[in-house]
Amino acid sequence: MSKLQNAIVGGVRAALGYVPDGWLPGGTPDPLIDKRVALGTQQSRVDGPEKVRGAARFAAEVPMEGLLYAACVHSTIARGRIAGFDLAAAEAASGVVLVMTHRNAPKMNMPPAIGMTNLKAAGNNILPVMQDPEIRWNGQTVAVVLAETQEQADHAASLVLVRYEAAVARTRFDEAKADARTPDSLMIERNRLKRGNVKAASQAAAGRVDAIYRTPQHNHNPIEPNAATIAWEGERLVVHDATQMLNGTAGSLAKVFGLKESQVYVSSPFVGGGFGGKALWDHQILGAAAAKLAGRPVRIALSRASMHRLIGGRTQTEQRVALSADVDGKLTGLLHHGYSIKSPHGACDEAFTLSGRSLYASESFDIVQHQLDLDVLANTFMRGPGEAVGTFAIECAMDELAHELGIDPVEFRRRNVAHCNPVSGAPHSQSDLMLAYDQGAERFGWHRRAVRPRSRREGEWLIGMGCATGTFPYVRMPGTSVQIRVDCDGRATVSSAAHEMGMGTATVQRQHAADRLGLPLDSVTVRIGDTSLPFSSFAGGSSQTASLGAAINAASAKLASELLRLAGNDTSLAGLKASDIEFADGGLRKIDDPARHESFASILRRAARSDISVMGESGAPLEVLKFSMHSTSAIFCKLRVSDVTGEIRLDRLVGSFDCGRILNPKTAASQFRGGMIMGIGMALNEETLVDERNGRIMSASFADYHVPVHLDVPQIDVLWTDIPDPRTPMGARGIGEIGITGVAAAIANAVFNATGMRVRDLPLTPDKLLNNRPAS
Amino acid sequence: MTPFDYRRAADQADALSRAATGHARYLGGGTNLVDLMRQNIEAPAALVDVSRLRDAIEERAGGGLLIGAAVRNSALAAHPVVRTHYPMLSRALLSGASAQIRNMATVGGNILQRTRCAYFYDAAGSRCNKREAGTGCDAMDGFNRYHAIFGGSEHCVATHPSDMCVALAALDATVHLAGRDGERRVPLLDLHRLPGENPQVETVLRAGELITAIEIAPSAAAANSRYRKVRDRSSYAFALVSVAAGLEVVGGRIDDVRIALGGVAAKPWRAARAEQVLRGQAPTRENFLRAADAEVAGAKALSGNAFKIELAKRTMAAVLGELAGAGV
Repeated sequence: MSKLQNAIVGGVRAALGYVPDGWLPGGTPDPLIDKRVALGTQQSRVDGPEKVRGAARFAAEVPMEGLLYAACVHSTIARGRIAGFDLAAAEAASGVVLVMTHRNAPKMNMPPAIGMTNLKAAGNNILPVMQDPEIRWNGQTVAVVLAETQEQADHAASLVLVRYEAAVARTRFDEAKADARTPDSLMIERNRLKRGNVKAASQAAAGRVDAIYRTPQHNHNPIEPNAATIAWEGERLVVHDATQMLNGTAGSLAKVFGLKESQVYVSSPFVGGGFGGKALWDHQILGAAAAKLAGRPVRIALSRASMHRLIGGRTQTEQRVALSADVDGKLTGLLHHGYSIKSPHGACDEAFTLSGRSLYASESFDIVQHQLDLDVLANTFMRGPGEAVGTFAIECAMDELAHELGIDPVEFRRRNVAHCNPVSGAPHSQSDLMLAYDQGAERFGWHRRAVRPRSRREGEWLIGMGCATGTFPYVRMPGTSVQIRVDCDGRATVSSAAHEMGMGTATVQRQHAADRLGLPLDSVTVRIGDTSLPFSSFAGGSSQTASLGAAINAASAKLASELLRLAGNDTSLAGLKASDIEFADGGLRKIDDPARHESFASILRRAARSDISVMGESGAPLEVLKFSMHSTSAIFCKLRVSDVTGEIRLDRLVGSFDCGRILNPKTAASQFRGGMIMGIGMALNEETLVDERNGRIMSASFADYHVPVHLDVPQIDVLWTDIPDPRTPMGARGIGEIGITGVAAAIANAVFNATGMRVRDLPLTPDKLLNNRPAS
Repeated sequence: MTPFDYRRAADQADALSRAATGHARYLGGGTNLVDLMRQNIEAPAALVDVSRLRDAIEERAGGGLLIGAAVRNSALAAHPVVRTHYPMLSRALLSGASAQIRNMATVGGNILQRTRCAYFYDAAGSRCNKREAGTGCDAMDGFNRYHAIFGGSEHCVATHPSDMCVALAALDATVHLAGRDGERRVPLLDLHRLPGENPQVETVLRAGELITAIEIAPSAAAANSRYRKVRDRSSYAFALVSVAAGLEVVGGRIDDVRIALGGVAAKPWRAARAEQVLRGQAPTRENFLRAADAEVAGAKALSGNAFKIELAKRTMAAVLGELAGAGV
């Protein structure tokens, strides 16, 4: 991102400083904050029964007449050219219809890159797809085999012989540092931040820490591997996809194949986990190209191994954090530098230095991150992008400094928590990290923590407790739209091309629409999941609930005006303006005068209408430029470390969240808990093994890429402050990402408390704890 | 996966005759072989299903067990005699894989499972002398955190992944084999080969030879035994190091001791040096550490697995300490 972007964002921020709050989105608090009926109540998922019965149909299950099955052949070198193929055996194999390579693949354009400004783009790995003999990463698809069954395709793929002319590849993280680039901006923030004098602060400090923290590459491993079932209907492209970016995928495929957007239809009613990995990658493009070549529909369901080679993950990072504090335990300097991989063909920043700019009030800051260019598959967003790994570094350093100063880690955060944005000075829309800490500490029993590390033991097991802060920014996407249709029975249908990856999108927005329109829950239907529905942005950045919320709110305002107009003069509502009325009891009524009410059904009947439809859209999210809008959490962990083997066993996790109002405790608790379990994986298990000799992923299976198993997951308590954010729809902020943040640090800090040993290199496998004697 | 023929063997003679072609493989539960076929590492022309042949656990006079090769891992782990008289075997079985896999996997197949070295598994993109003799070993200078500290060669440093075999090695189990030329018995400790020049040859089995049963004999050390598996996550991971040990102390002196290590060699590793140090000695922590030291003196670390030497030592001493009882 560019200097120009910095100038624009900076200019808008400055201008908004002079705009009265009331003029902005969220200027007046959403009335639903106080008037909720269904919102805030425990509701089961509307799609739960279908999923439990196996009736919910996922992308790789859509039946089609004459369907062909695809298998991918992946390159085994990182850089070079394809010198030749031997395809005879594969082409002759039973059931094989064709083998597609760069020699016969249709001409295709490069996919447009996912970004903040183009919601019709979902490309992650911006390279030509099977258009030339160039190899650009180890694992690139060099051939696609189509056959009558998946087994036949898989077998034939193993018969494809590829000859390569290998070139020198850049595959080593440490070597690439010499040529690191320093981008001007990260997401919508300036990359470089220098405020005050961190060096002087360090020299004058009463306590300081300065350490390097490392996190490995992570790969996406949702339970449902990426998959698409694809057909060409004449010049129309139909894609049943597993995606969290319906319109981005449709728009991207239109660009790739030179089609009008209206010629591409993408459907994805259910997605078996997204986490950032379900966007546009090569497989949808290859599947559509192969379907075109074969003249038959194609299913391309990636194997777990193909997923690791074709779907990007979270980049490796190396982060230096240096903190300084004065005698009172107040931060005087915060330095956060580091490296991550982002090749020119990648689109996604791993903005790990953002969390350190919003959490704590330091007198001085020195923040910048650098990006490395390697011959690897592009990275993408993965749950809590930036913050998941950024909080590991910052929050471990905070724990180290608290120990150095002899201050309780919770108290140390209390002394430093920012009461407005420490960089911009912008006021918080709502933030109460310390309430989350206090509630979490009480639930957890933090007072039982031994202050001195390595002082509690049960047999061979050293017991420890740790805590850390989690955080994720509030995001609301512009452009998300919904249609609300009310029929003459007074029932409402809310439609949008939104996404359900298991979070409960339809469930929660049904609660929202019911409260917004004054209807009982069972009078509202929510339709999501395909591009025939009104345009929606992606389900990412924990933004979808707020974006849909704003759109439903906007549509409901239009609905009220339209209904008022339809109602005419022969009604108790006659003469009222839109600002005089509210939704209630399945219709409209005058605010403060329940007697002046008419139902939707009555208004429509009198107007001889079968139904009424209105559209609404989420407008520009100017509130995030005026206010500092972040969710925060306090994570607590109790664990034991074997003094014999270095094995870690978690005994307990508590997550205490400050995320605005919680809309559905059942789905929210599940989201938080799932995020925390992913945080356990990050702390203890997950690591993509990339062989630096050739850039090949050596952990492309569930046997080698460890995620937590049940026995790794202890009792997890989840609680929340439930304080409404007056600047957001429904008073809520997104909760999808924040669960993972802070968890790895809380666990690493508990390991220190147990053993006296700091491990700053994830994952915390037994070998790193084996000599767990404190350095001193 | 390459298309293949499948036949269920009617009886042992039928199995042996069907496997005589040389391009057939015996199929037990398929929990490893089928994976290897799906990964294009094994491509037998035919599978001869022996999973229904000999699935009884016979109790011998005096407490010994004759365990049919087709006995499922879960059935063996749950057998009351195993739980009482050979606890290390039950514990070893239960620490392997998942409940679903243990329900499928057979004893014979468990013995013959192949290494989980990632380079061995990467048929498309990596060199492996075990998979394709003479091509080279990418693990030697690559990811070898899981690899051998004992008995490796310059051609291969893979480990045997079985937990069950570690306990069987400590129990001095005997493997019953049947072949075209008749039946024979081989000590489990002699069944697996170290890699040497030919890592692709993993056992002393002759072509077409079938494992029919395992025999174990009771002892006081077997009854007082444990299995401890150290791994990267709490369950469903292969051992970094595992220890199967049994201890019999008489009159304050170690009368019998059995120690075998897993995750450290191409075969279950009997810690003979440690046993030798301990026999006749007092069961003290000092002696256990001394014995463990003697054992790991022969270990050789690779670039990524030096930790295993210390880990093996400590785990051995800890397990022996637990067997000796409190205060040691």
